[in-house]
Amino acid sequence: MKLETLAILNAERAARRAAILLSDLDDGGQRVVREAQIGDDPLADLLTRHLLSGKSGLVTIEGRQVFLTVQVPPVRLVVIGAVHISQALCPMAAALDLSVSVIDPRTAFATPDRFPGTTLVTQWPDEAFASSVPPLDRYCALVALTHDPKIDDPALIAALKAQCFYVGALGSRKTHARRVERLTEAGFSAAEVGRIAAPIGLDIGAVSPAEIAVSILAQIVASQRKSSAGQVAGTPGQAAGSSSQVSGGA
Amino acid sequence: MLSAETDILKAAESWRRDGRQVALATVVETWGSAPRPVGSHLVVDEDGNFLGSVSGGCVEGAVITEGLEAIADGHPRVIEFGVADETAWRVGLSCGGRIRVFVERID
Repeated sequence: MKLETLAILNAERAARRAAILLSDLDDGGQRVVREAQIGDDPLADLLTRHLLSGKSGLVTIEGRQVFLTVQVPPVRLVVIGAVHISQALCPMAAALDLSVSVIDPRTAFATPDRFPGTTLVTQWPDEAFASSVPPLDRYCALVALTHDPKIDDPALIAALKAQCFYVGALGSRKTHARRVERLTEAGFSAAEVGRIAAPIGLDIGAVSPAEIAVSILAQIVASQRKSSAGQVAGTPGQAAGSSSQVSGGA
Repeated sequence: MLSAETDILKAAESWRRDGRQVALATVVETWGSAPRPVGSHLVVDEDGNFLGSVSGGCVEGAVITEGLEAIADGHPRVIEFGVADETAWRVGLSCGGRIRVFVERID
């Protein structure tokens, strides 16, 4: 491999953009396709499928063996609210290799005792995104769990703008209806607001905080892996909310 | 897992920029119960220093040797490992799987 090719891969990774390296195993020929170029590539369909799955693999192209090294940025989970559900959610998310940060300005909630080993940010979401937490992007999932619009809404707005692949918000249908009104007033389209998973989580009849955490994480994994939902994460340059595959749980 | 693979690619780049000769090995195909998934990397320099793994220890020695040869001759190559009777413990996979590994020099 040429050093320049390797450098491109590493640079794309550092910038949290996906890329695929194609290696011809017969002659060693290689090229990198950046995420933004995939749509225009002659192998667009094949590359898109691999990008969505996030999996490297061997394919045969015109009788030649080609290995696709699929490089997708590590998924980050941003949790708004250092609440009971979050306490159950954080260790489970870590087991899924998600990199987790919890944001909650209420210092009584966001204590290291309650969240051992988790990155805690005791700031308002807008302050946090402007300083302590890396900017949101399409490889982030954001879950808003405080029930408090003062804290949840700014985070949801930031997540929709950044086209996070998953945006979920806790609250009853009634609570969510009011949330929809506020976000609509703030200028978001129905399609954009429709991207918010609410009530949050897959409908598995979850009751306890741990069960709700399971339903939320299952929904996040589905958004990431299932091809219909994955388009949110895998199709570059889409207008925010132009595909609303992430539907509510119930 | 993914981030670890990237650390290896970062190391490969920085080793090369430091003037070291470097080869990269990538698991391209697995059958059966292979210990490391497709896409796993190992990087080796001309002195045999290496990072990463392609099999969890079973065939690393042989892959490093191939890496050194790729550094010497510049030819990319694909090598296959599996369980082969008495060689199983030498350069095979005790788990019973088979793997193919692409080895290339960083130029």
